[in-house]
Amino acid sequence: MSTRPRRDARDFWLFVGPLLLGLIVFSYVPIGWSLYLSFFDARNTVTPEVFVGVGNYTAMLTNEAFLSSLVTFSAFAVAIVPLTYVAALALALAVDRVKFAKAFFRSVFFLPFACSYVVAALIWKTSLFSGVNYGLVNSVLGAFGIDPVAWTGTADPPLYWIVLITARLWLQLGFYMLLFIAALQRIPDRLYEAAWLDGAKPGWQVFRYITLPQLRGTSVAVLLLLLINAFQAFDEFYNILGDARGYPPYGRPPLVYLYYTALGSGGQDLGRGSAGAVILSVLIAVVTLVQGKVLGFGKGRDR
Amino acid sequence: MGLGAAGCGSNTGRGGSAPGSLQQWYHAYGEDGVHDAVLRYAAEYPRGEVSVQWNPGDYDSKIVTALQNSAVPDVFEAQVKVDWVRQGQVVPLDDLIADVRADFPAQVLETATVEGRLYGIPQAVDTQVLFYRKSRLAAAGVRPPRTVDELIDAARRLNSPNGKGLFVGNDGGVGVLGGPLLWSAGLDYLSSDQRRTGFDDPRAATAFGKLAELNDSGGLLLGAPADWSDPSAFIDGLVAMQWTGLWNIPKVAAALGDDFGVLPFPRLDAHGAPSVPIGAYGAMVNAKSANVSAAKDFLRWLWIERTDHQTEFATGFGFHIPARTSLTDQAANLRSGPAADAVRFTREHAHLVGGPLWSSAANSALSDALFRIARQGADPVAQTREVVAASDAELKRLHG
Repeated sequence: MSTRPRRDARDFWLFVGPLLLGLIVFSYVPIGWSLYLSFFDARNTVTPEVFVGVGNYTAMLTNEAFLSSLVTFSAFAVAIVPLTYVAALALALAVDRVKFAKAFFRSVFFLPFACSYVVAALIWKTSLFSGVNYGLVNSVLGAFGIDPVAWTGTADPPLYWIVLITARLWLQLGFYMLLFIAALQRIPDRLYEAAWLDGAKPGWQVFRYITLPQLRGTSVAVLLLLLINAFQAFDEFYNILGDARGYPPYGRPPLVYLYYTALGSGGQDLGRGSAGAVILSVLIAVVTLVQGKVLGFGKGRDR
Repeated sequence: MGLGAAGCGSNTGRGGSAPGSLQQWYHAYGEDGVHDAVLRYAAEYPRGEVSVQWNPGDYDSKIVTALQNSAVPDVFEAQVKVDWVRQGQVVPLDDLIADVRADFPAQVLETATVEGRLYGIPQAVDTQVLFYRKSRLAAAGVRPPRTVDELIDAARRLNSPNGKGLFVGNDGGVGVLGGPLLWSAGLDYLSSDQRRTGFDDPRAATAFGKLAELNDSGGLLLGAPADWSDPSAFIDGLVAMQWTGLWNIPKVAAALGDDFGVLPFPRLDAHGAPSVPIGAYGAMVNAKSANVSAAKDFLRWLWIERTDHQTEFATGFGFHIPARTSLTDQAANLRSGPAADAVRFTREHAHLVGGPLWSSAANSALSDALFRIARQGADPVAQTREVVAASDAELKRLHG
């Protein structure tokens, strides 16, 4: 009897220990070290000697390129969050009502989620939206007599956004659709029957007063996840707009900018890169908390 | 086991390669045969054991990390970074080339020189030139461009329903034409003493403004599946002219026969000059190596004494120019046609892209400004001023 708790503790550490160790070594130590580096002039070195106080933070907060990357992120989030939300919900409603081959449709829309962002970005860049006349989209336009368009290279008007947003939408739509389908299936039929008995018209009225309120908890979680995912935008931006020589100043989200600052091959400014990473982390935390507060994350639930 | 044994090494106590052995790093070359060749070179070294590590992926970041506190690699290839010199991470190598210094073109040595001292032995030289399709130019009545305005005009006139005039990268030339535009106006990234920005001059804005004209001409191919460094846009007939690397000559010749020529980037006007950029990886020694003098001996053997290896390394697998003039003269595949023209351009018009003292922060500022000028209609004068300010700030940091 007396050995039981000890064995429980041993089993606990046997399973949790390696994970915890990995977490400490590969997450907490680098985060701590990054915080340390952010107060030093650390170019091409992770063991710097020149303390610069908040100099790196001041430099990043007055750096036009870093600030414009935050604007780029905001523009991306403003477009992709509501677009994905509405499209995923619409798709979920449509697929949920399909009378046959439901699993097939669900799989078809979910499959892109299994695709790597890098692979999708390269397909978008080289096959669908390439600027040559045999790119898929330009071929279609060509059939209507329209000249080839340089989709990724046109900054004014910002056509590159079409490439970036469609790629992200295609990749993540299925996942959020699945979340909504799961939520839809948890809405009791009796609610719809009661609404029908009360004379509610099927369609918009039922959706507005029954379905949507029942999805509140899922909606809050989906919006939160979408916003955090938008903040973390890197792969498709880097692979669609970047090349061996660098990256254009437009369509450059914060993570791409910080990657070039801290790890770019020309010279690695780990001090400023770390300061930027800290600023970005604080920003994500604040926005997430505010959004959670406004939308009532954790309070709302599907009823 | 190996690490443990090395860590207990009697004479250094700093870990790293086993006593009497050296470790050498390369990035992963794409050409077939290079890997086998460098393994063979290392195996042939008579005065010690050399193990070669081939590094696919982000080699530049890996080297930066390795140099922090590690004695490995002992020798490696890289482009010299001024911060490495400042932090004492690499050792000067002037004594290695003292006897053959004159055999290296000055611009090639400049790629690895910081404040008068050489930190890398140039291995092989790469350059970029303007490829043009002779038949397409002749059919359009366009002569090979000799000035920047002629280039813009040619790009416009060579447009046809089947293809564009010119390809200078999917970014409209921002990444590769910054240097050539400066040189076309007779300017450079830095002043000759490397202490001031070299283009605090109204002519820089004029030259950069030409990139906007080029982008507005409608003659540029943008959004190609492969970027400027790959010759497919030119080979596939998507463009009549392309700015790309010397390394593509074999592929272009195989596809187009002798229906192509190469040119340097043209001059801006009578006060400017044609130019080609050059770049070279240098063989360097890690200052924390357990045996710096053995590492230097190996570099002397491989990159100074064994001229047969150097020639094979540059011309046997890919298409590069040997770093030493005497070896370039002997390379059979560089003696005729467009390759010989490109070699001549590097002798007459070569410039270093930035150089060790041109920092990445300054380069980012230049690249962003060129984007705004070329693609968003920004004012070249104001943008150039901003780059000069950013570059001056970096030079002040470097020189104090």
